[in-house]
Amino acid sequence: MEKRVYFRSKWLPWVLMAPQVVIIALFFFWPAAQALLQSVQQSDAFGTSVEWVGLDNFRNLWNDETYLASFYTTAVFSGLVAVIGIAVSLALAVYADRVVKGAMAYKTLLIWPYAVAPAVAGVLWLFLFAPSVGVVAYWLNAVGIEWNHLLNSTHAMALVVMAAVWKQISYNFLFFLAGLQSIPKSLIEAAAIDGARPWRRFWSIVFPLLSPTTFFLLVINIVYAFFDTFAIIDAATQGGPGKDTAILVYKVYFDGFKAMDMGGSAAQSVVLMVIVIALTVVQFRFVEKKVNY
Amino acid sequence: MKLKLVAAIVGASLALSAQAVTEIQWWHSMTAVNGEWVNDLAKNFNASQSDYKIIPTYKGKYDESMTAAVAAFRSGNAPHILQVFEVGTATMMASKGAIVPVGKVMKDAGQKFDPKAYVPAVAGYYTAPSGEMLSMPFNSSTTVFYYNKDAFKAAGMDPNKAPTSWPEVALAAAQLKTNGHKCPLTIAWQGWTQLESFSAWHNVEFATKSNGLGGLDARMKVNSPLHVRHIDNLSNMAKQGLFVYKGRANTPEATFISGECAMITTSAGFYGNVRKNAKFAYAVSTLPYYPDVPGAPQNTVIGGASLWVMSGKKAEEYKGVAKFFTYISSPEVQAASHQRTGYLPITMAAFQLTEKSGFYKKYPGSDVAVNQMIRKVTDKSRGIRLGNYVQIRTIEDEELEGVWAGKKTAKEALDNIVTRGNELLARFEKANKR
Repeated sequence: MEKRVYFRSKWLPWVLMAPQVVIIALFFFWPAAQALLQSVQQSDAFGTSVEWVGLDNFRNLWNDETYLASFYTTAVFSGLVAVIGIAVSLALAVYADRVVKGAMAYKTLLIWPYAVAPAVAGVLWLFLFAPSVGVVAYWLNAVGIEWNHLLNSTHAMALVVMAAVWKQISYNFLFFLAGLQSIPKSLIEAAAIDGARPWRRFWSIVFPLLSPTTFFLLVINIVYAFFDTFAIIDAATQGGPGKDTAILVYKVYFDGFKAMDMGGSAAQSVVLMVIVIALTVVQFRFVEKKVNY
Repeated sequence: MKLKLVAAIVGASLALSAQAVTEIQWWHSMTAVNGEWVNDLAKNFNASQSDYKIIPTYKGKYDESMTAAVAAFRSGNAPHILQVFEVGTATMMASKGAIVPVGKVMKDAGQKFDPKAYVPAVAGYYTAPSGEMLSMPFNSSTTVFYYNKDAFKAAGMDPNKAPTSWPEVALAAAQLKTNGHKCPLTIAWQGWTQLESFSAWHNVEFATKSNGLGGLDARMKVNSPLHVRHIDNLSNMAKQGLFVYKGRANTPEATFISGECAMITTSAGFYGNVRKNAKFAYAVSTLPYYPDVPGAPQNTVIGGASLWVMSGKKAEEYKGVAKFFTYISSPEVQAASHQRTGYLPITMAAFQLTEKSGFYKKYPGSDVAVNQMIRKVTDKSRGIRLGNYVQIRTIEDEELEGVWAGKKTAKEALDNIVTRGNELLARFEKANKR
């Protein structure tokens, strides 16, 4: 039976909600409204003259071939980051769940990367893979792979995906671990008695029962890849070679904060906002149906 | 000794608090040896008088400090003095409400200020079409060529004979390569050195309207046959492993210091770093050119940064700014700065003083940048000043990387730079027309 609380007073519920509403308004709606406003304006760098330009900023984007190409780059990048990030952390969580000795140390180590700032993560991986001084680049050269992310697009994409995934694994890992621990042992034991091998037990019992967690992480990871990765890109490749790792949010950052084209940058964030809203709706509408709660 | 020092500090701070000192904020982007230089300038100026105190603050790389200043200006906390790189010059010039022309600052403060005392190629760049000098030249640099003498010797070449033309550079690179050198030539600031400076050096247009100095309706011209020929040439060198691409901006400089790459084209401001950190014999030479091009070599273009005065401050503070500017451009201070950093002398007097002191004879090559700049300039070589320049530089990087990776021909890449660049120029013109 549903439990409901009724308030006698009319204003008390509003007061109780106020802190939350204020925070959301201040940190979500206000900036979003600002972005919408700026996207139809064109101003000089210092904001001393502002001009209304209607949809000009959006028209410029539409006419920019490289902007359209960046959708493809973003799709590849986000897809790779989400899928690899979820798969690797699921594997790690499953194995960590089985560890008996030293489980705490093992888990702590896996959670560590989450405390690293994105830009630092980018620089870290850049050092490992720097063509002239990187340790990993040196090993790769030794086995005959000429690593050069400065000019090879595949290498550059691999580098930023690795850095972005590494940064996000801890987060995914925590949720998967919690998810695994909430699966009743009896189910797995029953399956084992019925003769199901570990692989079968995982796919028929554990994975379906984890699906709410996986779904949640899918949404979070896509949003992460879309929004929170510009610092990694900036530190590791600056969108290069050419524009091959310049994802949408990196261009927002570059145009807004480096080139100081506020109007153009705001228009791009509005586009990005629409995409993420659409993606989230799609995920909740269609993917969620396949999730067992 | 220690006690004396403590006493001096206490005394100094007492003296400071006794009378009102006007503090002047100066945001800059100088690191390492150049950062020490900036701090010394402020320290020496502060010690030379007691009314004003310059407070230098490092605010990140050039683009970062500019963004920081924009944000600060919008919230009313802008610094008094802001160091802005040449790429941001057009943006600053267009932001009339945010800045005070340096000529006006000097005049209002009653400081003697003669724009003619400055090296023409430097001063001209920061002067508005109306003839008013808008910002104070500070660390002006240009593009030069460095090579590793030890590597030349090891490859059986005469280390005292610098390759001065592109065919000679290619030959030297091939010789280095045959002798097992992995990175004969690399290029820093590829857009600046290989397109912008290259154009002025060969007296061809980089953009119309005197490369943008003549007005906002300038358009790109970098797909001329000469530009295509040069980028094609570099692309062939890249294919043969003679030119190795080491990244954007000044990232490749580290590979010269470490000895990995034997030749590099980059800023004259790199000199101080090389002098301090290179563990091999090196030499500076002029930027290579194509001898068959009529009029080449002309002069190279100015880079580096200048000091802008932000608007909305008190008259008393502007007076301090003016005094500080007079101080840093006095012949003695200016000559010392030039000799210390490798940046260009910004006044003729500083150049003559340095020459008289015998500095150029003592450090051969330190006058290369100066000689490249102190020449009679043409409309095609005075400098390059374009709107949305930050983005145009990035476009240059992106398209040239396509060439080095073998994905695009030189012609395709340069055509793209022109088309994409022109869109940005048109947009800047529209936004700043008023």
